[in-house]
Amino acid sequence: MKSGSNLERVMAAGHFAVTAECGPPRGADPDHVIKKAELVKGNVDACNVTDNQTSVVRMSSIAGCMLVKQSGIEPLLQMVVRDRNRIALQSDLLGASALGVRNLLCLSGDHQKFGDDPQAKNVFDIDSIQLIHLVKTMRDEGVFPSGDKLDGAPKFLIGCAVNPFADPYEIRVPRFKLKVDAGADFVQTQCIYNMDVFKKYMEDVKRQGLHERCKILAGVTPLKSAGMGKFMNRMVAGIDIPDSFIKRIADEPKEKQAAKGIEMCIEQIHELKEMEGIAGVHVMAIEWEEKLNEIIGGAGLLPRPVVEHETVH
Amino acid sequence: MIVGEQKPFEEVWNQVKHHKRLLVFGCNTCVAVCHQGGNKEAGVLASLLRMRATQDEVDIEIIDSGIERQCEHEFFERTEELVAGAEAVLSLACGIGVQFMAGKYPDTPIYPALNTTFLGDVPETGVFTEKCQACGDCVLGATGGVCPVSRCAKRVLNGPCGGSNKGMCEISKDTECAWQLVVERLERLGKLDDYEKVQPIKDWSKDRSGGPRSFRLEDFS
Repeated sequence: MKSGSNLERVMAAGHFAVTAECGPPRGADPDHVIKKAELVKGNVDACNVTDNQTSVVRMSSIAGCMLVKQSGIEPLLQMVVRDRNRIALQSDLLGASALGVRNLLCLSGDHQKFGDDPQAKNVFDIDSIQLIHLVKTMRDEGVFPSGDKLDGAPKFLIGCAVNPFADPYEIRVPRFKLKVDAGADFVQTQCIYNMDVFKKYMEDVKRQGLHERCKILAGVTPLKSAGMGKFMNRMVAGIDIPDSFIKRIADEPKEKQAAKGIEMCIEQIHELKEMEGIAGVHVMAIEWEEKLNEIIGGAGLLPRPVVEHETVH
Repeated sequence: MIVGEQKPFEEVWNQVKHHKRLLVFGCNTCVAVCHQGGNKEAGVLASLLRMRATQDEVDIEIIDSGIERQCEHEFFERTEELVAGAEAVLSLACGIGVQFMAGKYPDTPIYPALNTTFLGDVPETGVFTEKCQACGDCVLGATGGVCPVSRCAKRVLNGPCGGSNKGMCEISKDTECAWQLVVERLERLGKLDDYEKVQPIKDWSKDRSGGPRSFRLEDFS
């Protein structure tokens, strides 16, 4: 085992994994995280805790991870390279590991222009692929990137993100391969709506054998309304929601659109479960954590398996 | 002005040695002042490359030329044919000139012969020092004409920090503490009261942090 995390054990035992995410609050009140965690608990193998997503200042991801962990859920630390240089990143990796965080997602981070401090200086001392390699070096070789020996190596299952729907398509799979080569153990994809494009992407991924080197968790986000779908298509870079997808929701009366969105999300998960090379789903029910149980249960993925340390070799 | 320094010769050679017809192309303004990238330096570098080619028995035709500035279209007029006839160009311009040529000649590989090092001045003959980082929001009016953004290793805006020692910076015995210079200058101008004003958090969106910058003159089309 690379990290011994619950997520790693579940996937190693061949179960279809489930992750979700929890955004920390815009303040110092821990109850916000604890309440969200209650809704996530029992439904996932690990829960992502976002790192100042969209550059909006929030409680730190490491603190959020600890609150999630205290609530009895395995945390998955999201770490962006926008705000910290290599010194701070290494230090936080050591701290997070010391506190028992075992899953990590390495990201670039949205530009600060989109947050509440657009005048901030960004860091980007290293990029997300370099962060993956940095963590792998620390974990597997027990040394700092500078070469000095670590007094205790950090233990993380190393994750990355990919967007199969961004332009240009030609570099989508090569870019994923770069991340796998750098050391990614798992990937969580951008929200999938266009299954045709995703199937083509997966064919190309399998041709390269990447699914055998890196566990692929397919990202899904239930739409609350047709309007949300249109908004995401327009405002979120790299989101591709086919018109036919939105139409199915738009055809419902307003009060039934949310239920339709959930029904379609469950439908998608069923389809993803049957796809070769998909190791699990990452359910991003954005500020809709109360629906996680319905979605994941509806997809036939509950209860979550319990895999003891000893049973995996 | 923009200051550059020639890359190590081996690095230059390795970039271009597989080409058959190479144009070594000087830029005779900023980087000529620091004797690194002008048309004269292009000639010298071309000679060194020819010698190396002979030594390594590599078949490569090397032509040298140059223009006043590689960052504006009009200067290229008399060398259009020369560039068009080259398989690749080794540009002795700063990074701006290299990119301008790469944009202008989309099918021709353009290699940099220089590392663009900084925006600086010439305090004495043969010496070049960094003076500006183009942060986009000049503070020199408040700092006695000494720039803490480019000359303080920490870019501290309310300095000096604890690493200032006898007027020098902790990073090197050869580096002056920018804030020592600010204070001395404010004192001399009788403006030391300015020092007691706290500089607010800087707007870095006007810096590189905010993305690539550009502006357009309204009266020009």
